[in-house]
Amino acid sequence: MFTATYVGQQLLNGVVLGSMYALLALGMTVVYGILRLINFAHGALVTVGAFTFFGIFVVLGWPFALALAAALVVGGIMGFLLDLVGYRKLRGGPEVSLLITSLGIYILLENFIKLLATPQPYAFRPPAFLVQLHNVGGVAFRTVDIFIVLVSVLIMTAFALFVKHTKLGIAMRATAESVEAAQLVGIGVNQVVAVAFVLGSAVAAITGFMWGAKYGQISYDMGFMAGVKAFVAIVIGGIGSIPGAMIGGFVLGLVETLAVGFLPPGFAEYRDAIVFTLLILVLLFKPTGIMGRKEAV
Amino acid sequence: MRRWASLPGGVRFLIGVAALFLALFIANSTLNRYVLHVIILIGIYSVATTSLNLTNGYTGLFSLGHAGFMAVGAYVATLLTFPVRLRIAYNLPLLPSFLGGPEYHWPFLPALIVGGAVAAIAALLVGAPVLRLRGHYLSVASLGFMVIITTLAKGLKDLTRGAAGIQAIPRYTNIWWVYAWLVVTIYVIWRLLNSSYGRAMLAIRESETAAQSQGIHPMRYKLLSFVIGAFFAGIAGGLYAHFARSIRPYEFSFYMTFHIVIMLIIGGAGTLLGPTLGAAIVVALKYVLKPVEEGLGIYGLVELIYALMLIGVMLWRPEGIAGGVNPLRYLIPRKERR
Repeated sequence: MFTATYVGQQLLNGVVLGSMYALLALGMTVVYGILRLINFAHGALVTVGAFTFFGIFVVLGWPFALALAAALVVGGIMGFLLDLVGYRKLRGGPEVSLLITSLGIYILLENFIKLLATPQPYAFRPPAFLVQLHNVGGVAFRTVDIFIVLVSVLIMTAFALFVKHTKLGIAMRATAESVEAAQLVGIGVNQVVAVAFVLGSAVAAITGFMWGAKYGQISYDMGFMAGVKAFVAIVIGGIGSIPGAMIGGFVLGLVETLAVGFLPPGFAEYRDAIVFTLLILVLLFKPTGIMGRKEAV
Repeated sequence: MRRWASLPGGVRFLIGVAALFLALFIANSTLNRYVLHVIILIGIYSVATTSLNLTNGYTGLFSLGHAGFMAVGAYVATLLTFPVRLRIAYNLPLLPSFLGGPEYHWPFLPALIVGGAVAAIAALLVGAPVLRLRGHYLSVASLGFMVIITTLAKGLKDLTRGAAGIQAIPRYTNIWWVYAWLVVTIYVIWRLLNSSYGRAMLAIRESETAAQSQGIHPMRYKLLSFVIGAFFAGIAGGLYAHFARSIRPYEFSFYMTFHIVIMLIIGGAGTLLGPTLGAAIVVALKYVLKPVEEGLGIYGLVELIYALMLIGVMLWRPEGIAGGVNPLRYLIPRKERR
């Protein structure tokens, strides 16, 4: 039953899902590193990106590249506004108030989309060249799968270089280390946080397009589980580590896909339960994750 | 007003309860069924929010798993009270002999209490690992617990009928049941807070390290707070099931938790009556706005306004409407306060 092609197929699906988790985890972990905020609203940006692309490409019929760019820009602007309007005032207060506010912002965005669109899900048709079917040694995939993996690797590499070598990236790492110390050496923490939000949100919006293109359907509530699972990926990879978040994303994507693919069919509906059981196990037995530093959990 | 404040707490409580039930009696005999429906719903959500307040408001454990405990209470109570003659038609299991046998179904009150107790046991099992975590980790892990519960409710089809849910539950819940339980919930939490247990919980909220250095074992008190909160959440779930008459797994999802959190935050976390106030505002608002939402066809309006209220309260009045009163004020003599 479990032939080599079946295993290959499952692995491929796992890597594709993992790429998307990794992209989301990337944006979330940068914000978490600085503000200690689990940004539930990050998931809403996935929905925003998917619907922006859908609106421009499918409804208006404008070119693909333009629609993708629009999703990126809208995501970035949203990230900037969320930080400015929602979170800036609460910085330095209790952590839990940031968390509650991000929940509120998530619900706000979700229902705003529900208002603009309708509560029914939409069929999401990416351009024809992305849905073309390929077959290598019995493993079937579409161009979009390759697109997702390649773009993810590209974004992650670019981000790694940015954080490692540019002045802003170094400032970002310093702020994550200690906000006070960063302020003392003259880093504009507000700018750094704004950049983290803009970049993370733009990437989340692109992930929304990928999600829609991969699964062929978008709905107003698609982003919630994606966002929460991205946090699970961060925990698995190790809080506070950017490479860890990406590795965690791939691990989670593979575990989720393989669990559904190899457990008896009755277990498919326990998909989300499996993810959260994994989270609780990691938190209990290895709270630092794969690459995280020691931190009081 | 000063004379009122100088009365002993127990007397004030009794006067308050008497006034509440007098008001309910008048309401019950004068108002129409629609308004009474809203009043009952407010009571059920008040029980849920008040119990959430114990963990989230007083002990400082920001749990997002409350709907999970409500689901446990709702399903357990329903499975116990479900009429025997309908069980086969609805593919529900008959009770095993140690629970009364196949020819028997439970009366309401014991079923509710067992529902609450099972929720409390679930809290004990989940809390032991999850409460070791702090802050955000606790929030996400408890959210994960809720997801696990709802997926189980969907998956265990022999027990819960899966995603189709259970219908035709007998309608036992009425205004008296609900508000009696609300009074019990508030009373228990009030007495708890005025005991050494409650003071330990407040101390843990302010600083776990400081509490520990005073000889308080945080885990014990966190677990106690979690378990008592879950018990009343289970009760609220049971009341809800026997009021709505049908339960489906997805009802006890993230949105249920979110609504309860909004009620808590708007009313005032860490205040005794804030949760009831918050529940009244949020539920009443829903019933005022629902016709507008449906009339204009703009679905999502109610949730949108809830979210705006939550964000607004967080930004400008984080202590909530009933907040601003520090519970420590009553516990520490004036001259020792700083």
